[in-house]
Amino acid sequence: MHPTDFTLRGAIEALNEGLVTSVELTEAHLRAIEALNPRLNAFTTVTAEQALAQAKASDARRKEGIAGPLEGVPLAIKDLFCTAGVRTTAGSRILGNFIPPYESTVTANLLRDGAVFLGKVNLDEFAMGSSNTTSAFGPVENPWSRANDPDTRLVPGGSSGGSAAAVAARLALGATATDTGGSIRQPAAFCGIAGIKPTYGRCSRYGIVAFASSLDQAGPVARTVEDCAILLRSMAGFDPKDSTSAEVPVPDFAAACARGVKGLRIGVPKEYRLDGMPAEIEALWQQGLDWLRAEGAETVEISLPHTKYALPTYYIVAPAEASSNLARYDGVRFGLRVAEKGSDLKDLYERTRAAGFGAEVRRRIMIGTYVLSAGYYDAYYLKAQKVRALIKRDFDEAFGKVDAIVTPATPSAAFGMDEKQDDPVTMYLNDVFTVPANLAGLPGLAVPAGLDAQGLPLGLQVLGRAFDEETVFAVGTAIEKAAGFDALPRLRAGAV
Amino acid sequence: MTYTLEGRTGPWEIVVGLEVHAQVTSNAKLFSGAATEFGAAPNSQVSLVDAGFPGMLPVINRECVAQAVRTGLGLKAQVNLWSRFDRKNYFYADLPQGYQISQYAHPIIGTGAIEIELGDGTVKTIGITRLHLEQDAGKSLHDQHPTKSFIDLNRSGVALMEIVSEPDMRSPEEAGAYLSKLRQILRYLGTCDGNMDEGSMRADVNVSVRKPGEGYRTRCEVKNVNSIRFVMQAVEAEARRQIEVWEEGGTVEQETRLFDTGRGVTRSMRSKEDAHDYRYFPDPDLPPLVIEQSWVDQLKASLPELPDERRARYVAMGLTPYDAHVLTLEKETAAYFETVAKGRDAKVAANWVTGDLFAAINRLKTSIAAPPVPAEHLGQLLDLLADKTLSGTLAKTVFEAMIETGKSPGAIVQERGLRQVTDTGAIDRMVAQVLEANADKVAEYKAGKEKLFGFFVGQVMKAMQGKGNPALVNEAVKRALG
Repeated sequence: MHPTDFTLRGAIEALNEGLVTSVELTEAHLRAIEALNPRLNAFTTVTAEQALAQAKASDARRKEGIAGPLEGVPLAIKDLFCTAGVRTTAGSRILGNFIPPYESTVTANLLRDGAVFLGKVNLDEFAMGSSNTTSAFGPVENPWSRANDPDTRLVPGGSSGGSAAAVAARLALGATATDTGGSIRQPAAFCGIAGIKPTYGRCSRYGIVAFASSLDQAGPVARTVEDCAILLRSMAGFDPKDSTSAEVPVPDFAAACARGVKGLRIGVPKEYRLDGMPAEIEALWQQGLDWLRAEGAETVEISLPHTKYALPTYYIVAPAEASSNLARYDGVRFGLRVAEKGSDLKDLYERTRAAGFGAEVRRRIMIGTYVLSAGYYDAYYLKAQKVRALIKRDFDEAFGKVDAIVTPATPSAAFGMDEKQDDPVTMYLNDVFTVPANLAGLPGLAVPAGLDAQGLPLGLQVLGRAFDEETVFAVGTAIEKAAGFDALPRLRAGAV
Repeated sequence: MTYTLEGRTGPWEIVVGLEVHAQVTSNAKLFSGAATEFGAAPNSQVSLVDAGFPGMLPVINRECVAQAVRTGLGLKAQVNLWSRFDRKNYFYADLPQGYQISQYAHPIIGTGAIEIELGDGTVKTIGITRLHLEQDAGKSLHDQHPTKSFIDLNRSGVALMEIVSEPDMRSPEEAGAYLSKLRQILRYLGTCDGNMDEGSMRADVNVSVRKPGEGYRTRCEVKNVNSIRFVMQAVEAEARRQIEVWEEGGTVEQETRLFDTGRGVTRSMRSKEDAHDYRYFPDPDLPPLVIEQSWVDQLKASLPELPDERRARYVAMGLTPYDAHVLTLEKETAAYFETVAKGRDAKVAANWVTGDLFAAINRLKTSIAAPPVPAEHLGQLLDLLADKTLSGTLAKTVFEAMIETGKSPGAIVQERGLRQVTDTGAIDRMVAQVLEANADKVAEYKAGKEKLFGFFVGQVMKAMQGKGNPALVNEAVKRALG
């Protein structure tokens, strides 16, 4: 078996049994990156030397009988996580050659558990996008392509497009990602892998470049649901450095994957049947529900009446927070500075921010500034907060009746790099199924469930109660097993 | 009698409200663990949070919250168990995050009151609108380099309490009295050191004027006034300016002004049209600040005695209201007095502290924080007076020696043999000698020149090197002159 073909769990077992070393695993992935990254553009920074040093150290630890839960496993890190001594870009020019002197809590937790970092992976600028085309480091290509149109390059989704593409193409066994409105689940679905946005507060936000603080949440992407469960256990945990992180125990998520769904009540929100949604997606959704019923679950139609307001609410709350969070990129203390000799402070701000931020980031800063402005605050921001509370209440009521909710992950399969680029609103519609979970702070998992007529992966989404990722993993695993998803992307390590 | 300023069109009243920014006494900043020491090297007390680095998050410092609650309790104000931090957004080079975290909509402390005492002895209550916690910005230094500005982030993130008064003050004197009283309360509580010259306390002064009997007219805000004297001057200067504007048929525009301490006038800083839109919204990095009533009760129970209570206690101890007032102005003075007075006659202790000690402090240009004699020594001196070891005159001599040498009064009495003579036999002998040597004056006295009595007493005291007990010497002279 080629070392890049392992699942994360399989790699851990192989390492434990001495069938492979971390150095061998790491070298194989570095070679795959070297071969495929020029095409995929998934990595912004490859830390080959550091990865090999970490792998060597890991093998040495293992020899001494010390092995963490992720001992020797090569991972990719979304370039939104600050990594000590390694350039962190957030996919933006404005951070310039920023090298943080500190490590994010999530990546520190992974290192504590023995992980090896292959490098930093590409993303939409400041995680703002659903196609990974807004990155200052160029777009990422989806390793999948349409069967009847293999030359059209597809987007991997976003914002964690680099994470999803790297894992799907077998350039890493798993990756960290973040999800503010669907940025884990949508690219996972587009790339035929699994990804979970855990409950808000489950993972610390310390050291993650902020987009929208009340929505941002870190999570893993990997090729199986169980691999996500293993990664999340290491990533999660209370952190006194993040006032919004939750002081709750971290369960053994992987153990929960095998629980089965017998007796579970699965909610099917009627408001998620969108006009104009491809029949294939509707069919896959029904198929998923059938699989769950076959495993002993009961499906229940539920209503989430405020769902239709979720997207507009999100596009007020997220830009509002972003407009404030991104004020610190001012050319004064770190990152890019564009200054004209003899000019003043205002000129420094204007030049630096105009040169440093791309069009989508500028658009969201302007929207956010507008909705918080005197005279507009009540009509937009305050109203959005009220609607957000109603959306949350919808879920609270639904979860009084059901244990999990299953929906499509995305309204379409991956689209072409030059499609949907003219109208930002069309692009925003990608997040229609994923955004409500962010607004309500609930866990959401995307699991690959089938292919469309073009041979592109489609995913289903499992939503759960706050801090009940275990049920989400159980339902996700049941779908995964029933789907028997074994299709492979055209671009992947070993295949080209 | 209402204070008014006379204009061409008649008398004008002044309306003043103060917003005081008081730096919270605490070892660490409001949302980071960085230190807060004054005068440290630039940018030496800055954490990554204070510098607004990517991914850095604020975490509330409980001690700063406790200090705000203590202050609220000291201001007899409502303590809000639920409060919230908002972001005040604006760009400036010394504001690293691009926003200030401040309790805009939901402050931790609600309405309260302060009693001020005025020169004529009247007491007036000034309402407190609110107190909220917020973080300070850094400092821009524009005079360090010909073309560059330097930024010092030491203050960035330091906890401030903004204490807002009602527009209840009607004169410069009242504004000054309010600020001194507020400062006094904060210093008693230990929640702000009140060092205005180090910037630990600054006031924004809101001033408007009106004809007697009118409602409020437009106010102007004079920013960042950093002494009590300047606040009083700024109130008067700004009021006079506004009166002139109104009387010349103009309209006072709401604006932010600065007080030019050199010229004693206020200047426009920015008008209402230039006012920032701060785009306040709840800080999503911080959950609402929820505190327990039991914790507030605990803080209340451990609150130190406040100036008003202490003053009342001193009066009950027998001090005059004036002495009680003077001794409680600074908590260091009160502490000094209490050490001296402990187990002794409070009135005598008060007289010595407000008399000889204050005189020595003034003469030596020192302060009660570095007193010329330790309180324990002054107490021992009072003991020597009480047991008649020393006369009042001798005690003053010993007090001066204590200042000079730093030694205890007991040691000085011992070394210099300054013990008061109360042996009537010895006094009688000395009186006899003096009268014999001044037989001519005795004759004059007996002929009716009674004011010579003092001369004889003086001569006896001189002969005894001041050590004779004055009362006994008096008696002995009277007896001898028959």
